[in-house]
Amino acid sequence: MRKTADVVIIGGGSLGCSTAYNLARFGVDKIVVLEKGYICGGSTGRCAAGIRQQWGTEMNCLISRYSIKHFEVMNEELAYDGDVEFIQNGYMMVTYSDAEAAMLKNNLILHKKLGIPVQFLSIEDVKEIVPAINTERIVASTICMEDGQANPFKVTDAYFRAAERMGVEFNTYTEVTGFQVQGGRIEKVITNQGEISAPVVINATGPYAKFISQMLGHELPVEPERHQIVVTEPLEPFLKPMLVNFHHKTYCQQVVNGSMLIGFGDADEPKGINYNCSWQFLKNLSEKIIEQIPIMKNVNIIRQWAGHYGISPDGQPVLGPVPEVEGYFLALGCGKGFMLSPMIGELIAQCVTGRETTLPIDILSIDRFKKGELIVEPAVV
Amino acid sequence: MSEKTIICRCEDLSVEEIRDWIDKGYRSFDEIKRISRIGMGACQGRTCRRHLVMELARASGKDPSEIDLATFRPPTKPINFGAIAGVDQDA
Repeated sequence: MRKTADVVIIGGGSLGCSTAYNLARFGVDKIVVLEKGYICGGSTGRCAAGIRQQWGTEMNCLISRYSIKHFEVMNEELAYDGDVEFIQNGYMMVTYSDAEAAMLKNNLILHKKLGIPVQFLSIEDVKEIVPAINTERIVASTICMEDGQANPFKVTDAYFRAAERMGVEFNTYTEVTGFQVQGGRIEKVITNQGEISAPVVINATGPYAKFISQMLGHELPVEPERHQIVVTEPLEPFLKPMLVNFHHKTYCQQVVNGSMLIGFGDADEPKGINYNCSWQFLKNLSEKIIEQIPIMKNVNIIRQWAGHYGISPDGQPVLGPVPEVEGYFLALGCGKGFMLSPMIGELIAQCVTGRETTLPIDILSIDRFKKGELIVEPAVV
Repeated sequence: MSEKTIICRCEDLSVEEIRDWIDKGYRSFDEIKRISRIGMGACQGRTCRRHLVMELARASGKDPSEIDLATFRPPTKPINFGAIAGVDQDA
């Protein structure tokens, strides 16, 4: 491991790897990534792989819109010798109540303004796109055919390999245990594999972010929330878009090999890191999915696992410098890290190197919580 | 066993493909599982697990007993949503 670096990135998920790649692209010389496990071994590797633009805040919409532009050309952009398996089969949002329908209507106004091609669906449209769906309780539904999915392992691998080719040093099984701070400025990162001096440290650890901040005496209001997901046996293709149900808070999609990925998180559970699988989840999920797609009752579950969202108070990412600690930056997607990783990596790299950022990321700075300038994202599941 | 021998039947992976991933630097069971999908199919690694362990042991010069396995996750064997939700399934 290097003894000194220009930038240290903590976290080897999609966001950490994308940030490393973008910094290298901007000509930063000595970049070091510290990952406590292996590349893509955290939240990216546990996510449901969806990529959508149908959000309710302007920044979430814009970051995802720019990210999708990157996903569309990712194999070429990163000169990847594999395939990141980006597919634009759409996201179908479904609501069971008038209040949620009103939210979708509001979001649609924003999408129109930003040029995101979202449209309302009639019940007949919903039935036509997914004949297996139970439309009985559906009040409103929207779809965006530019949304879709990609393979999180391959996306991270593509960024990792591109960054490595450009000279970024990756240290796996290297856990940050503390920092040396002098006069309010970061000087050293201390790990279980030795120390490294660096003037800039970027926290890209997703749900672990608050624990890194705590080592710096900084309180970060981003809490880990457990989500669980099941994967089923492969089926003939029948569900093209990702199905998001605001009533059940579930996401459900059929991936490339035909398997279904279905998950949700229990917002009432105590916040914290918890990788255990629960039978309550399996029972709740089974009821939720059979109600939505009745034929699922015959489908076999193969595996169940758990991962985490990093939940911010307003459901938006937290990006940019932390004023209290000089040299300390946050790159947190807050439950959207994978799908926003291409653009957040670029924005953070711009911010750290003193470039003008493509989007006004100061709106998403940590300061907003202190000032009470929250813009709450309504369309989270 | 030839290079073309399939060691993960669910995901259709040969010895050669697994050795390629090891050569590319993927050195743990979990890493190879995630990048190649080995052991992610319907049998959940019942056949391929021991073969992958042997390949990892050989590549690293370790004893197979020193190779960490991927996490064993529920369900133990495939079960359908209907059985868990307590609704009748179609025959």
